[in-house]
Amino acid sequence: MKYISEFRQQDLARKLAAAIAAEVDSTRRYHLMEFCGGHTHAIFRYGVQDLMPANVSFVHGPGCPVCVLPIGRIDSAIQLVETHDLILCTYGDLMRVPASGRRSLLKVKAAGADVRMVYSTQDALGIARDNPDRQVVFFAIGFETTTPPTAVAIKQAQAEGLENFSVFCNHVLTPAAIQNILESPDVRELGRVSIDGFFGPSHVSSVIGSMPYEFFAEEFQKPVVIAGFEPLDVMQSALMLIRQINSGRHEVENEYTRVVTREGNLKAQRLVAEVLELRRSFEWRGLGLVPYSALKIKAPFARFDAEQRFAMAQISSPDVKGCECPAILRGAKRPTDCKLFGSVCTPENPMGSCMVSSEGACAAYWSYGRVREQAGSARTASA
Amino acid sequence: MSKRFPLRLNIREGAVDMSHGSGGRAMAQLIDELFVRHLDNELLRQANDQAQFQVPGGRMVMSTDGHVISPLFFPGGDIGSLAVHGTINDVAMSGARPLYLAVGFILEEGFPLADLERVVASMSAAASRAGVPVVTGDTKVVEKGKGDGVFITTTGIGVVPDGVNISGDRARPGDAVLLSGTMGDHGVAIMSSRENLEFETSIESDSAALHTLVAEMVAAVPDIHCLRDPTRGGLATTLNELALQSGVGIRLEERAIPVRPQVNAACELLGLDPLYVANEGKLICICERRNADQLLAVMRAHPLGTEAALVGEVVEDEDGFVTMETSFGGSRVVDWLAGEQLPRIC
Repeated sequence: MKYISEFRQQDLARKLAAAIAAEVDSTRRYHLMEFCGGHTHAIFRYGVQDLMPANVSFVHGPGCPVCVLPIGRIDSAIQLVETHDLILCTYGDLMRVPASGRRSLLKVKAAGADVRMVYSTQDALGIARDNPDRQVVFFAIGFETTTPPTAVAIKQAQAEGLENFSVFCNHVLTPAAIQNILESPDVRELGRVSIDGFFGPSHVSSVIGSMPYEFFAEEFQKPVVIAGFEPLDVMQSALMLIRQINSGRHEVENEYTRVVTREGNLKAQRLVAEVLELRRSFEWRGLGLVPYSALKIKAPFARFDAEQRFAMAQISSPDVKGCECPAILRGAKRPTDCKLFGSVCTPENPMGSCMVSSEGACAAYWSYGRVREQAGSARTASA
Repeated sequence: MSKRFPLRLNIREGAVDMSHGSGGRAMAQLIDELFVRHLDNELLRQANDQAQFQVPGGRMVMSTDGHVISPLFFPGGDIGSLAVHGTINDVAMSGARPLYLAVGFILEEGFPLADLERVVASMSAAASRAGVPVVTGDTKVVEKGKGDGVFITTTGIGVVPDGVNISGDRARPGDAVLLSGTMGDHGVAIMSSRENLEFETSIESDSAALHTLVAEMVAAVPDIHCLRDPTRGGLATTLNELALQSGVGIRLEERAIPVRPQVNAACELLGLDPLYVANEGKLICICERRNADQLLAVMRAHPLGTEAALVGEVVEDEDGFVTMETSFGGSRVVDWLAGEQLPRIC
């Protein structure tokens, strides 16, 4: 497949693996955090870890949009669709995320609520046009990548006078989350999590550009390399990170030059700024309340804000007892450190959000990495 | 045309109503003028509540399969041909020669008779192409809103040649894993025509009856260990079933697995993995390594196996893991499909 298979070539992977092996300092370890679930998925799906030296490890970050959504927000959406005769539209991944009381949007749908999976905000608008007598709410989630389409939909609804359409806005911001991780006691004071460098988001950066990372590369003295989602991108970026670490640099470098510029997509940024504005603070699963880390709908578009239209309650719900998703999302624990992992929590019956999406660290470990884990524990046991 | 019904069934403009399932004259007319007219054969014409026939000697197999597909018509097929192929294939995966089919229709009130005729005509064409007649059937009608147009259940019987013992528990370490062709065509064709997802593709469903391919394979190598068609859940899930049933592991070579570039592209776009996408005209064959080349030659000589490939081997692993050497040079587990394949967000 053109423009894709080029970035998955085995011979190039071998050359990069040799270059990385030659670059690493064998007397130290390298902990590289990939913020995005897209990177986590690529690392596991292609077996990238197999090509890395033993002293380079990937630390999985919180960049999986469904994983960081707190249970309370899904509870709110369920309450909304159960108490109003409306159509709730959302992206597929979100359907299976466990809410309180072992419920999920998929289960609520099975019980009769009108929950529909859509592939884009345009589908949700189409449903609103086709059902003028019913309210249609789009459950919007995701990082900066999925935000512009939500802004477009709101503007379109306004232009068309589509009064039965509204958005339950849960869009979150990447730089705020990365900063929060770096400021957390786990990283800063306790040193429980070592992070030597970051793989910067790829699709997110196509929108926001590489500039927003410059502040914390400097402030926290950590190198950032914006990396594409293909496995060769990940390896090339790992090499760039290791070179920076070895030479004591902490710069923002861009491996994903075929898509990402320093300024990003200005048109998309302007559109988002026109329709959405910062929330003072927003709850993230795993990170807690993070200041200025999410977006809400601006006052001139308030009538398209489902939270206002339906006076939605702010629900705060506790995580499932024993679920380590929060620590896993911060990189403080690995999926296999969780007692529920693989026993009561599997992709068929997820207890925590990290087990739902293929971008979630737990689902990636479970689906692609179990043999490696077994081999690893067998080695430890025999050592 | 039967004289029992003075007014002919209005297939062009009519629709299914509750009387078509009531057991009365309207149902008799529907059977006569639509089902029997298209599926006509000597056994069906017996017009009893069952078909009676002589059975050949030997081991018989029987299989049943419900079809609830949406949309009903898709590139490369429809629910009618699919219902015929699906059950013929389930029977054939034992190495059997399929003999007869039975069919049960559940129709939703309001379903256009023209669509029903299209489906039944397609079943008839598929059955006669395959040489496996539909010999008995049943029709029920459910109220509007309680069905999805039409559901079709087909049951098939067949007879296994002597000396053939194909079963999912017979994979042994060292065996070769063969595939009859490209993965994911059916699933992608279906998705391309789903209401909320329409995209243009040249991909057609691979829906086909595999029994003639199986007959040639079994004639060449009677001691095939396992045969299975990777339908729902795709190659990945079907191999996991076989690994579990046989108590072995399976090691795949990603580069050897045939996938059309268009299918790969659609999967990339939708965030799906072709190894989990359904097929309706492909089979997995597990056999002793020494028989693999001969079987591949037989498969490639058949029109439904031209792209057959050796894709992996059976290994010792009591935990039954399916693993894969990725085309990138790493390795990973190829797990069961969890839930439904859902598109990723970013």
